[in-house]
Amino acid sequence: MNSLTSIASNRLIEQGRKAAVMLKITELSKLILLPFIGIAIFLVMWTVTANSIETSLGKFPGPVAVVEQFENLYSEHVAEREKAQAFYQRQDERNAARTANDPNYVAKIRGYTGKETFWDQIITSLITVMSGFLLAAIIAIPLGIWMGLSRSLQAAINPIIQIFKPVSPLAWLPLVTMVVSAVYVSPDPIVSKSFINSMLTVTLCSVWPMIINTAIGVSSIDSDLINVSKVLRLSAITHVQKIVLPASIPMIFTGMRLSLGVAWMVLIAAEMLAQNPGLGKFVWDEFQNGSSDSLARIMAAVVVIGFIGFLLDRGILALQHWVSWDK
Amino acid sequence: MSSFLEISGVDMVFPTPKGSFTALKDVNLKINKGEFISLIGHSGCGKSTVLNIVAGLYQASSGGVILKSAEVKEPGPERAVVFQNHSLLPWLSAYQNVELAVKQVFSGKMNKTEMKQWIEHNLQLVHMDHAMHKRPGEISGGMKQRVGIARALAMQPEVLLMDEPFGALDALTRAHMQDSLMEIQSQLNNTVIMITHDVDEAVLLSDKIVMMTNGPEATVGDILQVGLERPRNRLALAQDAEYNRLRSEVLKFLYEKQRKVESLTQNKQASKMQDMSQQESNEAVKFSNS
Ligand SMILES: Nc1ncnc2c1ncn2[C@@H]1O[C@H](COP(=O)(O)OP(=O)(O)OP(=O)(O)O)[C@@H](O)[C@H]1O
Ligand SMILES: [Mg+2]
Repeated sequence: MNSLTSIASNRLIEQGRKAAVMLKITELSKLILLPFIGIAIFLVMWTVTANSIETSLGKFPGPVAVVEQFENLYSEHVAEREKAQAFYQRQDERNAARTANDPNYVAKIRGYTGKETFWDQIITSLITVMSGFLLAAIIAIPLGIWMGLSRSLQAAINPIIQIFKPVSPLAWLPLVTMVVSAVYVSPDPIVSKSFINSMLTVTLCSVWPMIINTAIGVSSIDSDLINVSKVLRLSAITHVQKIVLPASIPMIFTGMRLSLGVAWMVLIAAEMLAQNPGLGKFVWDEFQNGSSDSLARIMAAVVVIGFIGFLLDRGILALQHWVSWDK
Repeated sequence: MSSFLEISGVDMVFPTPKGSFTALKDVNLKINKGEFISLIGHSGCGKSTVLNIVAGLYQASSGGVILKSAEVKEPGPERAVVFQNHSLLPWLSAYQNVELAVKQVFSGKMNKTEMKQWIEHNLQLVHMDHAMHKRPGEISGGMKQRVGIARALAMQPEVLLMDEPFGALDALTRAHMQDSLMEIQSQLNNTVIMITHDVDEAVLLSDKIVMMTNGPEATVGDILQVGLERPRNRLALAQDAEYNRLRSEVLKFLYEKQRKVESLTQNKQASKMQDMSQQESNEAVKFSNS
């Protein structure tokens, strides 16, 4: 009798264990297997459709062609770096030789002016987007907080925001370009004009979501918390620091994520249109180039652009996780 | 001689989309130092409005509040508020929540170690010293409310204002909190105005029960002196004749004089329910006597 029940219960435990293992497997499959299958199906469909699209530059590139181009882009980058190194080495040797002959000789050092590689373009784009985005954040977050605190300021600024928010970067670009070339005149500029143009265009398009979300976050703080601050007679600065900022952090970050997404899209468009260095210019140059590899190289750029956009979003999420109190 | 805290001739008119709404009309109340007052009345009659006016969070439309012969014009830490839903800052620990208040009130008067001791002392008063480094999200409703009380006490206010401090708590926790509040009050002898819906709570804790009429144009209907000796024990009081008299006075005020005006059928139902609850309470008395 006793042994019977113990056998039965052992079975039950065994079944329970099996069920638990199965559950783990299904979870694991959701996490790894399903995305893997999804990507595989996508690659197959891509290959098939690519094969059946005939363009003036040859067949539309499939995944294999794109991977090949990634390799090419990488070896081009390495080759270019070697050239640069060789250039500097020659320059150093030349200078050393001349100073040895003539101690009064002042060595001339020139920078290497080679072609920008794909990697250089990625770095340029990243620096530009981060600068434009940071400038936007520096403007938008304080302004948004101020708007959230003052209903009259909100009423005054809101119409302007609503009108400028939907404006496409392509419309801003000519204006920005003209203004920058009129205002930013320096014989020895620290940064190039094209960088300023791209950056300002990014800023102009990405401030709005941040302002709006910050202002909404601040103006919707629980009135009880505001009352606590009033009863304690917190000074304006302490009020913002201790109550307003922590309470609106989640909304501020929502705005930042939206803005960074907009910023990245805008940047690529601006670089293409204005021929400013970066990934956008890379795409445009390849398009103009029109070689048989061009489409595959553009496709490689598309994949990289998408991947960087994804990483930027993850970066902001990680930052939010690090800063925010409610994990 | 003027009293410690005086509410005189307070009207409160709220502008609403449908025209102005007179919530309070000619509210008068005098409170002595060290008195424990509870405000009781039906939901929506204007208790919170009175409290907010004393706190300075609302400005009375006419009349005003005088504390120690100075008019109340704005909120301030000398009139600490315990809010109905605790209102702790969720990003700060219990300790930090109290610290924010203590720093604000005692900066320049206390050094760092004194402040630390004072914060811990106040958390000890409400028996929260064991969880003082937890955030509000990590502690129970009763514990949050206790931290809210500790924060208010730590400000050493002239008047302690509490808006249904135990309203959201279960009966057991509530009884426990009432006992700790009585214990704290016997040590500190604060001047307290507390809003409550609970008749037993009002009688148990107060020196005076201020009963408000129904709104609109609500005002003080009656004031009941509670002369029960302290310390009070809820179990002993259950059989106390004076306690039961006071309790039924408040009930009479609320359910006879200030019965909510409702439609006829609802009224019948309500009176039926009242009969039932009468029976129930009779049974309860029998039960506790046996
Ligand atoms: N800011 C406001 N604007 C308009 N009307 C208000 C405002 N605050 C309160 N009232 C009205 O004033 C009346 C009294 O409200 P109050 O919050 O003081 O009631 P209460 O007695 O505290 O109710 P409860 O017991 O439910 O908390 C209500 O009819 C309410 O609708
Ligand atoms: Mg209320």
